[in-house]
Amino acid sequence: MRDKPKPSVFSALSHVALIVWTLLIILPLLWIFLASFKNNTEIFGDALQLPGALRWDNWARALEKANVGIYMVNTVVVVFFSTAGTMLFGSMAAYVLARYRFPGNRLIYLLFVSGMAFPVFLAIGPLFFVVKQFGLLESHVGLIVVYIAYSLPFTVFFLAAFFRTLPEAVAEAARIDGASHTRTFFQVMLPMAKPGMVSITIFNVLGQWNQYLLPLALVPSDRSKWVITQGIADISTIAGYEADWPALFAALNLAIIPVLIVYIVFQRQIQSGLGAGALK
Amino acid sequence: MGERLRKYGFVAGFLAVPVTLYVVFVISPYIQAFQLSLTGWNGISSVVTYVGLDNFARLVRDEVFWQALRTHGITLLVLPLVTIAIALVFAFLLNLGGGSRGAGMAGVGGSAFYKVVFFAPQVLAVAIVGVLWKQIYRPDENGVINGALVKLGMEPVGWMSEPETALWALLAVMVWQAVGFYVVLFSAGMAAIPKDYFEAAMLDGAGRVRLFFTITLPLLRDTLQVAWVYLGIAAFDCFALVNVLTVDAGGPDGATTVLPVEIFKNFFSYSKVGYASAMGVALFFLTITFAVLTLRVTRREKIEL
Repeated sequence: MRDKPKPSVFSALSHVALIVWTLLIILPLLWIFLASFKNNTEIFGDALQLPGALRWDNWARALEKANVGIYMVNTVVVVFFSTAGTMLFGSMAAYVLARYRFPGNRLIYLLFVSGMAFPVFLAIGPLFFVVKQFGLLESHVGLIVVYIAYSLPFTVFFLAAFFRTLPEAVAEAARIDGASHTRTFFQVMLPMAKPGMVSITIFNVLGQWNQYLLPLALVPSDRSKWVITQGIADISTIAGYEADWPALFAALNLAIIPVLIVYIVFQRQIQSGLGAGALK
Repeated sequence: MGERLRKYGFVAGFLAVPVTLYVVFVISPYIQAFQLSLTGWNGISSVVTYVGLDNFARLVRDEVFWQALRTHGITLLVLPLVTIAIALVFAFLLNLGGGSRGAGMAGVGGSAFYKVVFFAPQVLAVAIVGVLWKQIYRPDENGVINGALVKLGMEPVGWMSEPETALWALLAVMVWQAVGFYVVLFSAGMAAIPKDYFEAAMLDGAGRVRLFFTITLPLLRDTLQVAWVYLGIAAFDCFALVNVLTVDAGGPDGATTVLPVEIFKNFFSYSKVGYASAMGVALFFLTITFAVLTLRVTRREKIEL
């Protein structure tokens, strides 16, 4: 065996591999970005040519005519309320299940946790009828409520584990000071659980932002209520017969770029937030 | 007594909303799905006829069902293997590939930048990624891959329109999106390995390839198992990507179809509520079988240690 591996050859090779993968990720995104300025002729021509001009009107058409602006606003509204609701109800349930002894505790905990093992496709049909019975089809309220319900298993599982690690002494002290159970939770325990709350909030925001199946099933036809994923998928199918490919490319960029900007700003938190899912 | 009552009141108050939401919108649909799988209901008629296990008998004779199982099977093998292999190599290079530098091991230069880029596809919605790649894979020279092939003097490939290439093109997108997440996951695992292990091995003259196989890989075992389970469960999903990216959602000719897509079609397009539910039940048992088998293997490995 050699005394030392040859650093030069090894690092040269590793850099080649890393640069190749970097290009595999950046080039498709870059190509889509450039294509958003092309006109139909250029899109149907040589894929490797640059756009002849910066045609921002493609982007304007995507925002207004193709409704991308509305889809974005809808998504922000739905995800804001559903994540807030998930965190509120999820942390309440997790806290009680983690730190209070009462009959049925174990059963309720297992009921929540078992939800992680069931494929959502098994429920999707009957769920449609349940939501229909409440008159919540084609509505944001219905979507928000369902997002919350389906985010609870993992949120409760993760936060319950987190609440169990918090020291009992602090809660005890608050109680001796005369704080009610509810106040102890909101003013003492919840702030102590902040790191776990941040991780799982990011996890839920991303998961709910990316949701495609549930809106497709529960908001099937009212375009004014659609979220970004189903909107973009729809533009992709209709771009063919409306012959407006430039607007599709612009719409794709409108869906991708804000997410990438948020990601670059919060990359550390996002990586650990998503990783939280795996490090249970 | 008062204190105890107050405690139970508090517990009930905190659980009321989440448990109600969960039972109404999650538990009850799951139970109904099992029930509906035994019916021939079309979703509209007021009469629900129980047909016993007829739906399952039909399922076994349904060619589409077997096509979907084939897709799941191939994905279950290829997706975890390829993703984990690529992610392991990159995680190793990014965390330990720079050799010993001063006090401990370091990654190659620029590793922070690479990690940010590799992880980026993970934050994009799968449906969006599907639309993105649908454009990249355009069948003639106006798709970016084919444009490059034509420039090199080769024939353009109908990536998604040929049954032979469609599934592999689909799997490539899944790997493309997944690798970054596992690079980050494995990096966290590698950071937890004590540095003196590597230093001792390097003093004994072990090269970086040997370090990888004798130290990194065995000590990452738990993380690898987590990755395997995650990717395996992903192999039973694929809904958004197949629905958006492939021809006719699962085509050409069922070459890329998966159970979730067939469940959705049978329920929402063909109104075959009973049959779709039976497919859902089949999917449930497949997923559970996979999870149980993985846990079995995991346990055996633990005893051997």
